[in-house]
Amino acid sequence: MTTADIIFVFIAGLLPLAWGAHFLGTRQAESAGRKVALHSRPGQYGWFAVLSLSLPALVVAVVASLLSLSGLYQPPPTMILIASLLVGTGGLVLSIRAIQPALRARNLIEKVIRWMLLLAAGLSILTTLGIVLSVLFEAIEFFHLVGFWDFLTGTEWHPDTAFLQGAGRAAEGVAKPQFGSVPIFAGTLMITAIAMMVALPVGLYAAIFMSEYASPRLRGWLKPALEILAGIPTVVYGFFAAITISPLVVQMAAFLGIHSDATNALAPGIVMGVMIIPFISSLSDDVLHSVPQALRESSLALGTTKAETIRHIVLPAAMPGIVSAALLGISRAIGETMIVVMAAGLRPNLTWNPLEGMTTVTVRIVDALTGDQAFNSPLTLSAFGLGLVLLVMTMILNLISLSVVRRFRMKYE
Amino acid sequence: MNNIKTSSAIRRRYRADGRFKVYCLAAVLFALLFLVFFFSDLMTRGWPALLQAEVQADIHYSEVVAEGRYRKAIDKSLRPLVSRGWLRTLPLYLEDHPQKMGSREELWVIASSAVDQYLKGHSSKLKLRHRKLVDKLKSEGRIKLAFNTGLFTRGDSKMPEIAGIRSAVVGTLYVLFLTMIFALPTGIMTAIYLEEFAPDNRFIRLIELNINNLAAIPSIMFGLLGLAIFINFFGVPRSSALAGGLTLALMTLPVVVISARAALKAIPDSIREGALGVGASPWQSIWHHVLPLAMPGIMTGSIIGLAQAMGETAPLIIVGMIAYIPDSPDGILDAATVLPAQIYTWAGEPMRAYAERTAAGILVLLAVLLSMNALAIGLRRHFERRW
Repeated sequence: MTTADIIFVFIAGLLPLAWGAHFLGTRQAESAGRKVALHSRPGQYGWFAVLSLSLPALVVAVVASLLSLSGLYQPPPTMILIASLLVGTGGLVLSIRAIQPALRARNLIEKVIRWMLLLAAGLSILTTLGIVLSVLFEAIEFFHLVGFWDFLTGTEWHPDTAFLQGAGRAAEGVAKPQFGSVPIFAGTLMITAIAMMVALPVGLYAAIFMSEYASPRLRGWLKPALEILAGIPTVVYGFFAAITISPLVVQMAAFLGIHSDATNALAPGIVMGVMIIPFISSLSDDVLHSVPQALRESSLALGTTKAETIRHIVLPAAMPGIVSAALLGISRAIGETMIVVMAAGLRPNLTWNPLEGMTTVTVRIVDALTGDQAFNSPLTLSAFGLGLVLLVMTMILNLISLSVVRRFRMKYE
Repeated sequence: MNNIKTSSAIRRRYRADGRFKVYCLAAVLFALLFLVFFFSDLMTRGWPALLQAEVQADIHYSEVVAEGRYRKAIDKSLRPLVSRGWLRTLPLYLEDHPQKMGSREELWVIASSAVDQYLKGHSSKLKLRHRKLVDKLKSEGRIKLAFNTGLFTRGDSKMPEIAGIRSAVVGTLYVLFLTMIFALPTGIMTAIYLEEFAPDNRFIRLIELNINNLAAIPSIMFGLLGLAIFINFFGVPRSSALAGGLTLALMTLPVVVISARAALKAIPDSIREGALGVGASPWQSIWHHVLPLAMPGIMTGSIIGLAQAMGETAPLIIVGMIAYIPDSPDGILDAATVLPAQIYTWAGEPMRAYAERTAAGILVLLAVLLSMNALAIGLRRHFERRW
């Protein structure tokens, strides 16, 4: 039996048992409640029986599978299955005996429900921990091989011979692989900067239009229309950038008499900028909307024009929110993958010219992990090194932005 | 004197005022024009793939064909025009339908991609004499552009004329289903806990901060998580729908939590207090009263979250879901691919016929995603309630 079959049999065994438990528990409670008033509704005794059946069974199953995963002791799967279902039945028998009018079934099941909800909430913490740890461990291994400073300050990225090291043939007199990440981060920042140059002005002015000039009806149409831009999958943007915008950029450059690479940084930058517009405009629009109307009216009453009111009164008041929107936008641009994978090129290139092809952190991660290299080769591990830096950068940006917007909310709400 | 001076200053300020408004309008127009340009560009690229060239040919099911020399099934003159990929399926077809052996049949068969591209007026490597033949057949009505049903009924292929999105669509359905059954219950449970039960202490604030942070972490990081934890640690098969579904579930979770919390927060306290006042327990008040009222809002957020997951590619590439999958997967542990990943792999193919199919795949994906979003917005408008 495969693992999938085991899980299937487990669930298929547990479900009818649970149904039976509910039936038995309810009937027991009804018969017990004929003479004395029950504390809870009969159905709640039924659920009490279901929980006493399934919780022990689940605990046994989870503990046993963790044991076998950790490799300490590997019980045969059929044994786990039988053991957990037996323990569950035992719990059921005990619970049926425990059912009597004084038993506070409702309180007990509510307590279990609360714990289950807390467990679900804890899963998000586990996810973050999982991301950090999974990246961290592999990254540490990578930095054993390469050296943290060489990685952070090196300007040459030539991992081509890394596979030899992975194959245990490091000493074959070829050039040592170099993992200097500066050109990769330079490419990332260049494309991010281009994206923000598009997204920030357009997003902010669009937000001002929606919250200050447009009628509520127009705003009700414009906002979802702009949010379509955020709903388009990034792979589609990537295709569009590679096949439509890149040639357009090359033609424009040729028209101006400048040479441009077929894969240049400008095309993915622009398209990424458009993708980020709704993030900036929606968030800024919300913030502008929550600036108290009294501020505008008092400014207008002093004789300022509408534009002056917006520039000198509304925008400064909304500034924290706008900054946090911009930071979130930057964090998105840094971590954006598909657009750059499809349109930005693979060559690490340290240059100021946006018309040349350059590569980004996310491109190198994808490239390193889709190759056919062994998992412990330095090239594969380099993905986790890059991932760690990417994670730290975006997390810092997110946390700053979240705390800024939180403080802003406290000020006006 | 003073009056004139102020009036010119005022005029300047009014002009600045007008300019500012124009900037704002220009920004909105830029975004909208981009949308229009974007969609029209994709439409013009994608619609030709909805048509496919077909040739009327006389198929001869002979012993030779069954032995594997499938090109012998049609007349020599037509051979260069017909898709080899289609001809290759003939021996298998004969194995399944032995009664056809030795018979002849007049059929519309799929033309090669060179013929297809030539008929659509694109550049094609079709030889000159074959072009003449195609023109002649076309005037005789024995070659035509028909609706491309193969695009939807076939799986991926190394030959563009018989490549379709079916295996990717099936894979997408598997992955989306798994994402849904993992992310929705946990997300809604988390939201209920945070909104209805959680005390206001440090640990809870940490969870809240953490969820907001997770919503903004690059999706590719979830791919690294899936690779390291699900595949390398728990041994989930690489490229399987299960690995992709679990990864996307973790990515979708914060979206579901945030929107479900907003929906729960919108329910006024009088509902809860009314239920508690007639003797309901906290959970009874939530299960019987708060949750049903919050359901439309929760569903809206969940649909938007699922749509986002459906368009996601980067984490799935990391967990290996870009494999070449010609047949639909049979289970959640089979190697599978999804529609966005199929789009990515086709976009990387150098042949022009693939670019057309990529755009067509994109149109299908966008149609599904936009209707999901429209459904979410419609739900919100329909059930929106002011308290």
